Amino acid sequence: MKDLGVVKDGGLVKGLRARYGASPLHLLLVLCSFALALYAGLRLLKGNPVGVAIWFVGAALVHDLVLVPLYTLTDRALQAVLGTGSGTRANAGSPWINYIRVPGGVSFLLLLVWYPLVLRRVPDYQLTTGLAPDTFLGHWLLITGALFAASALCLLTALVRRSRVRPRRPAPPRSRPRD
Amino acid sequence: MDADDSGEDVPPGVPDVPPRRANVPAEENADAAAEENPQPAAESRPAAERPGDDPAAHPGADPRPANRAQRDSARGTRVRAALTAGPPPGPARPEFWRSPLRGPWLTSVFGLILLIGIPVMFVTGLLSYAAYNPDLAPINDQTPNKGWLGFYLFSWPTDPSWLYRLTQGVHVTLGVVLVPVLLAKLWSVIPKLFSWPPVRNAAHALERLSLLLLVGGALFEFVTGLLNIELHYIFPGSFYTLHFYGAWVFIGAFVVHIAFRIPVMTRSLRSRRLRTELRTSVSETRPEPADDSGLVSPRPAAATMSRRGALGAVGLGSLVLFAVTAGQSIGGSLRRTALLAPHGQEPGPGPNGFQINKTAASVGIRAADIGANWRLVVRGPSGEHTFTREQLLLLPQHSAALPIACVEGWSTSDQHWSGVRLRDLAAMAGYREDPPEVFVDSAERGGSFSSTVLRANQVRDSRSLLALHVNGVDLSPDHGYPARVIVPDNPGVHNTKWVTSLTFGATA
Repeated sequence: MKDLGVVKDGGLVKGLRARYGASPLHLLLVLCSFALALYAGLRLLKGNPVGVAIWFVGAALVHDLVLVPLYTLTDRALQAVLGTGSGTRANAGSPWINYIRVPGGVSFLLLLVWYPLVLRRVPDYQLTTGLAPDTFLGHWLLITGALFAASALCLLTALVRRSRVRPRRPAPPRSRPRD
Repeated sequence: MDADDSGEDVPPGVPDVPPRRANVPAEENADAAAEENPQPAAESRPAAERPGDDPAAHPGADPRPANRAQRDSARGTRVRAALTAGPPPGPARPEFWRSPLRGPWLTSVFGLILLIGIPVMFVTGLLSYAAYNPDLAPINDQTPNKGWLGFYLFSWPTDPSWLYRLTQGVHVTLGVVLVPVLLAKLWSVIPKLFSWPPVRNAAHALERLSLLLLVGGALFEFVTGLLNIELHYIFPGSFYTLHFYGAWVFIGAFVVHIAFRIPVMTRSLRSRRLRTELRTSVSETRPEPADDSGLVSPRPAAATMSRRGALGAVGLGSLVLFAVTAGQSIGGSLRRTALLAPHGQEPGPGPNGFQINKTAASVGIRAADIGANWRLVVRGPSGEHTFTREQLLLLPQHSAALPIACVEGWSTSDQHWSGVRLRDLAAMAGYREDPPEVFVDSAERGGSFSSTVLRANQVRDSRSLLALHVNGVDLSPDHGYPARVIVPDNPGVHNTKWVTSLTFGATA
């Protein structure tokens, strides 16, 4: 891109830059990578070209078009249910929705990575490895519980500390910790 | 912290905002991750408050949608309207994306982590391919049409015996740990997917194609890798073919991306101090200065999470993934900490109670195959020699402490094997000095690894055994009874179990 504009002079270069939109080095580098991609890509596609192409393009879009709407809408729904007013109350620290977001997000991440085992999508797991296939769901649930418990502890600590360090203006300080 | 402070410490480029926390409803505290819903409070802000609204500040930035421009274009042709009026409503408009955290600095932090992590994964991946000695014999090569992509292959060493354990453990564990970083990186640049116009010029078109290879390649590699270690073979073809060629498709785009972005990354990383960011609370969090990166929201919502919080959440994700995964590669008492990893439990008690790649039943081994009628055939220049297990036990026995390390990333600590040295068997076959490679065949039915070829350096190593015992007892059927190969630093699947013949000097 602009940062690769090493060659500054020459009408040819200028012409190319005007028509192409970047420096010749940009073009060369991209073409070089495409040649490699094509060389490997032909081998990648061999056998099941349609299936592989769907997987590859699907992989490029799955985060932006599936995961992002999924977790964004979940987050929205959560805020709608809990009320966004929750944010201002904890102004000095983290809005308390984060105490749900973070453990929830980590738990979702664990499920995303290990779902074939957690949801028992691998019929041959036990036959192949000789290991019990039914431990993963329990482990995931326990970890999820532990994450939320730790988060609750953090929130409690933050609330207690805030009520001690900085009594709130309008309300009498004594009533705060009960919140 | 409170209403009075909100105007302080506004980064350069962000116009000073009058204190508004006191009189703006709490709803303004919009979500860091959720941008879609327009916030009434933010809509009512004066235009001058939106840092992105000054086109002069954005040389080369996408044209802003202006109401008048939209009305004008409605009178023209639809095509012209689409091209000149700016992005259609929705994600193509920069103001659709509202997170105040998005910006070149945050993207660069995630980018830097991947810049370090991905080359490590690529190199360890290439090493894993080399560890199979694919250039030695077609039967060792899971990607026989590789052409020049195997240019770097070399004789895989037998020292140190834990090398493959380390490289493949790093490859898989790092891959798992980088998942949240990769997702965060993709989240941080999502507005770019919808950037308008979709194609500005030839250079931009090529770059977007390259990004398809980059993002598609990255996720393709992560997804096939994760599914493979979980034995969930739903991908469209052989794992080796997909993961190896996919890596090469990806890496070209990765190098191009680095070359194009490293100046921006360096500049962005220098624009803010990590230490300062880690001390900045939510209420003090402001968007990065508007620029032409296309990442900074021109209509940011108030932060509900600080950059510290965002980095912390991603880091926590990586940490938890590490905690529930790494134990399967470390082994010993830490294995049981790998609560979600495929090999986080032991298969049973006793000397044979260590990890099994494939049980006897899963590869079609029947009782008759490994019963009293089992024989080992050793071939070489001196002819064909047949041994019963009892005869093998009468030969000089040697022992070696060696691990099992699988391409799936799990491994065991050293197990104590004993049996006949491969080089002693080579000598019997007629190779008294400098034994050559050996073709190993097993009683497995089907499967990619029912036979393999071991290289001369592997045969010569005095720790390379045709093992008959492990940890002081007979091998169990699942560990290869009556006899199995164990070679230092060899990928697990090449430590052939249920061996039926050894042909020295042959590759097929």
